[in-house]
Amino acid sequence: MTPLLKLEGLTKAYPGVIANENVSFEIQPGEVHALLGENGAGKSTLVKMIYGLVRQDAGTLSLDGATFAPSDPNAARAAGIAMVFQHFSLFDALNVAENITLGMENPPKMGQLAVRISEVSEAYGLPLDPARRVGDLSAGERQRVEIIRCLLQDPKLLIMDEPTSVLTPQEVRILFATLRQLSNEGTAILYISHKLEEIRTLCDNATILRLGKVVGRCDPRERSARELAEMMVGESLIQPTRAPNASGEPALEINGLSLAAATPFGTTLHDISVTVRKGEILGIGGVAGNGQDELLMALSGERRAEPDQIRAFGTAIGHQGPNQRRALGLLASPEERLGHAAAPDMSLVENAFLTGATRKELTTRGFVKWLQARQFAEEIIAEFDVRTPGPATAASALSGGNLQKFVIGREVLQNPQILVVNQPTWGVDAAAAAAIRQALMDLAGQGAAVVVISQDLDELMEISDRFAALNEGRLSQPVPTLGLTVDQIGLMLGGAHDMQAAEGSDAA
Amino acid sequence: MIAFERRRQPSALWAWATPPLAVLLTMIAGGLMFAALGKDPVAAIKTIFWDPILGEFAWYYRGQLLVKAGPLILIAIGLSLGFRAGIWNIGAEGQYILGAITGAAVGLAFYPIESVFIFPLMVIAGALGGWAWAMIPALLRSWFNTNEILVSLLLVYVAEQILASMSLGLLRNPEGAGFPGSRNLSQYPSAANLEIASGTGIHWGVVTAFLAVIVAYILLSRHSLGYQIRLAGQSPRAARFAGVRPNLLAVICLGISGALAGLAGLFEVAGPAGQISIDFNTGYGFTAIIVAFLGRLHPIGILLAGLLMALTYIGGEAAQAGLGLPQAAIQAFQGMLLFFLLAVDLLTHYRVRIGRREVA
Amino acid sequence: MDLSAINWVLLFASLMVASTPILLAAVGELVVERAGVLNLGVEGMMIVGAISGFAAAVGTGSPAIGFLAAAFGGAALSLIFGFLTQYMLSNQVATGLALTLFGLGISALMGQGYIGIKPPSTPKIDIPVLSDLPILGPVLFAHDLMVYLSLALVAGIWAVLRFTRTGLILRAVGESHGAAHALGYKVVRIRMAAIAFGGACAGLGGAYLSLVRVPQWTEGMTAGAGWIALAIVVFASWRVPRVLLGAYLFGGITVLQLNLQAAGIAVPVELLSMSPYLITIIVLVIMSSNRGRTALSAPADLGKTFHASG
Repeated sequence: MTPLLKLEGLTKAYPGVIANENVSFEIQPGEVHALLGENGAGKSTLVKMIYGLVRQDAGTLSLDGATFAPSDPNAARAAGIAMVFQHFSLFDALNVAENITLGMENPPKMGQLAVRISEVSEAYGLPLDPARRVGDLSAGERQRVEIIRCLLQDPKLLIMDEPTSVLTPQEVRILFATLRQLSNEGTAILYISHKLEEIRTLCDNATILRLGKVVGRCDPRERSARELAEMMVGESLIQPTRAPNASGEPALEINGLSLAAATPFGTTLHDISVTVRKGEILGIGGVAGNGQDELLMALSGERRAEPDQIRAFGTAIGHQGPNQRRALGLLASPEERLGHAAAPDMSLVENAFLTGATRKELTTRGFVKWLQARQFAEEIIAEFDVRTPGPATAASALSGGNLQKFVIGREVLQNPQILVVNQPTWGVDAAAAAAIRQALMDLAGQGAAVVVISQDLDELMEISDRFAALNEGRLSQPVPTLGLTVDQIGLMLGGAHDMQAAEGSDAA
Repeated sequence: MIAFERRRQPSALWAWATPPLAVLLTMIAGGLMFAALGKDPVAAIKTIFWDPILGEFAWYYRGQLLVKAGPLILIAIGLSLGFRAGIWNIGAEGQYILGAITGAAVGLAFYPIESVFIFPLMVIAGALGGWAWAMIPALLRSWFNTNEILVSLLLVYVAEQILASMSLGLLRNPEGAGFPGSRNLSQYPSAANLEIASGTGIHWGVVTAFLAVIVAYILLSRHSLGYQIRLAGQSPRAARFAGVRPNLLAVICLGISGALAGLAGLFEVAGPAGQISIDFNTGYGFTAIIVAFLGRLHPIGILLAGLLMALTYIGGEAAQAGLGLPQAAIQAFQGMLLFFLLAVDLLTHYRVRIGRREVA
Repeated sequence: MDLSAINWVLLFASLMVASTPILLAAVGELVVERAGVLNLGVEGMMIVGAISGFAAAVGTGSPAIGFLAAAFGGAALSLIFGFLTQYMLSNQVATGLALTLFGLGISALMGQGYIGIKPPSTPKIDIPVLSDLPILGPVLFAHDLMVYLSLALVAGIWAVLRFTRTGLILRAVGESHGAAHALGYKVVRIRMAAIAFGGACAGLGGAYLSLVRVPQWTEGMTAGAGWIALAIVVFASWRVPRVLLGAYLFGGITVLQLNLQAAGIAVPVELLSMSPYLITIIVLVIMSSNRGRTALSAPADLGKTFHASG
């Protein structure tokens, strides 16, 4: 049987890195094929080559037995390849139908298209209103727009890049049902993920990538998650350990915090109330775009609230700016490393000064003590094993994992009384992620109150004492993590948006 | 096929090498332009760049060099702080005019009293005038989120009307036989901004410009305000995270650049220009934008760029007199310089790869 | 003050003439900005258009050829901006400023021999019946072809942006160049086309100044019209019909203040002369004070540099 898609010896190098080296595998019609690997293993580059966004340095692709060299995505789409992106390729200010027509080769008239959208969305259980503005949709709904855009083209191969990172467990289940239906109809699916359980549930075959090379092929249903993980990471993992502790006195009290969205498609925070005690880790879960960024900025002091809405050790601080809060011991680390937590073109010394100025006393009468700032940067580099040529290196020259260790280390080493972190291990390799989680737990062990906002539920289950869910700017009552099931969490996260009938949760 | 790849870190070498490269490219392109105008390109370039420094009449031109460079550097230093912070004051010309008017008005109000306090008062008034004019876009930006580029620029045209009104009305020389224009300040000893050392062209404005270079250098490299300015321009979100208040920073940066432009206007009106008149302003406020970029928004770079740009003015005048090269050609030449600089700036942030397009 | 000295019919008739240069430049810039590019060089492109058109019209004796040359001149200049910002990835604000400074210089250079010359006159169209109507006739139906062409252009751009796939793609590129690139659209080429179109429109606007409105060539004759066009795009919240409104409003103010000057009203001439700029600033303040709305209507990727890293 001729494979639908065959990759032979694909190689692609960027300056300083080989993204893919001699990668070969094949996909049969109707097969669900997993491409498994850590962040930075070269998965994205590989699919960009298949989709015509990147040209390989060496190797060949063939589709249905014929050589396939798409010059651009239009050519790939014409050949029957469709792709749902990890970071959505959507236009916020345009409506659903306009977004879909932009991704089609020979789009029908707008009127007909709206009808087709409704048909397809019903056939695959993905309800969607063609006239709605995409910027107003939830992450799950936005993904539906992408999927329907692909399905309208009757693709032979559907590429899905990390599709579940923005979905609740219930939404994942619905997505998988759709994908199985497609597979049964003969559509092949290339499924890219680093989530092992998903791949074991869904996929027929798996190709495992590490540092750009194929390091294993298997039937994922026959392997344990641990086996897959060790193939992917190449070493056995150290699990962090920690004794929960949640009986300290209140450190951070949030009381009826409401904050209007600052950007057109931002999230408004509604009446958030929670208390975090000394020595406790509060995990805040939620699907991307439900107010995580906004909550962090409200806590860090980048956005001001009413004084009483946020208290640290009894002091009303809602109106204070970031440096006043830092002086009190409330530190934060935002999700976006480059451009928010750190300035890309500035050196690590300058980036150490960025948040360390107040607590590390790095200024005298407004003048910067660069020598001390440099020492602080060196301390972070040493303590957190940041791999870099030196403190004069620009932040943008560090790998994601190393920069993340730097920005987390920068806060941890300032001896915070309260630390708020958003997505502390996003896009970080497993070893660095484990080190960061351990640092957060050690900090709580020393008596600090820690708030971890994350979309990685496994991470939250592993390190937090209590769990609360953020859904459309509202925070649920926190519950003890111990004994929580995936279904319970899913319901807390808002279930499946618009498709809650079976589950009976609310989806406003 | 030429491709650009973003460097992980801006190249320090190219950051210094691009301005000279841009100057070189401009000389070539400018030479072609002069040739197209029917002038000998080599002679024109030599007249502009060589003669004022080392030619026969260099003794005259060298003094002029500092007279022209002073205001350019002073204004450009102020602008560079804002540009670094992502705050685009392009109305320095208007602030320059207002500084000249307020400074001159204070001086003229004392006429004919002689006192050592008059000139310092004029300096303060000039700085305040420029500062106040820059506060309009600054406050509108803070309060109403109004685009400071458009407001500061539109205010130049308003300032020009005020200048016309002043030279025909309030500040007109009562003994001027009805001619437009104020009394000549350079002939009023207490208000005159005279050469400090004869023949060098150094007047108080030039001294202030050099001071501004030094202060800006220290501010940017050693002071936390300078750090905040750099941070806000590179990464606005990181700046807010670091506790920078963007509106306050905009007010500070626009205020400094307005005050420096106002100072430049005062020193000009009390010295080289001598009086408030309808055609007092000659575009220093706009040329200073080129100076700021050519100097890579770095104080030392601006010092050198200001001298270079002054050279093109003086050389341009020499070429006008000697070769009949139109004044406008120099203006186009200066614009070209900025184009080339912006183009080669790419090399600082990107690596150029030349090779055939890979075929699968 | 004696307002009866003002002929209101003439005032409204000249309003359309006064508005046309800014309308052309603003609607061109709107297309550019909708594609996500901020070109602050409108003033420079207008003045280059003014002299190119003037020189060509004087040289050939044909205003039509003059306008054509102006469009080419404006577009050619804008392509320098396009090349620098789209291929050399330069900062759009700085490059736009450079374009204006360069345009002012090069136009003065080109215009050396043209000072004090009268251009061939652009004929007014006489529309039978309509132009004989009392009041409405002279106000609406007794202008030159460019006035009507500019209105047709505005209507055309409105329709293209709203109803066609070309317009949709253009808006998509301005909203998110990353997403458009991922879908396979040629972001840089689309933007270059928009920039050239904007340049041509600005050039036409400039030529309308030098060939019809003034009509003669003087250095720096655009006197901030390009900047006002930029402000009108903001005023219009990037919507075509509002550009028309903004340009006519501005034209009205300009004509009114000129008429008031002529009528000898007891307000200083300078104050009247600066009033169009002041009113533009006030309008900008009013439009931008509603933060949410301005942010919503501006193209999301306006002014950002695009580099396909893949």
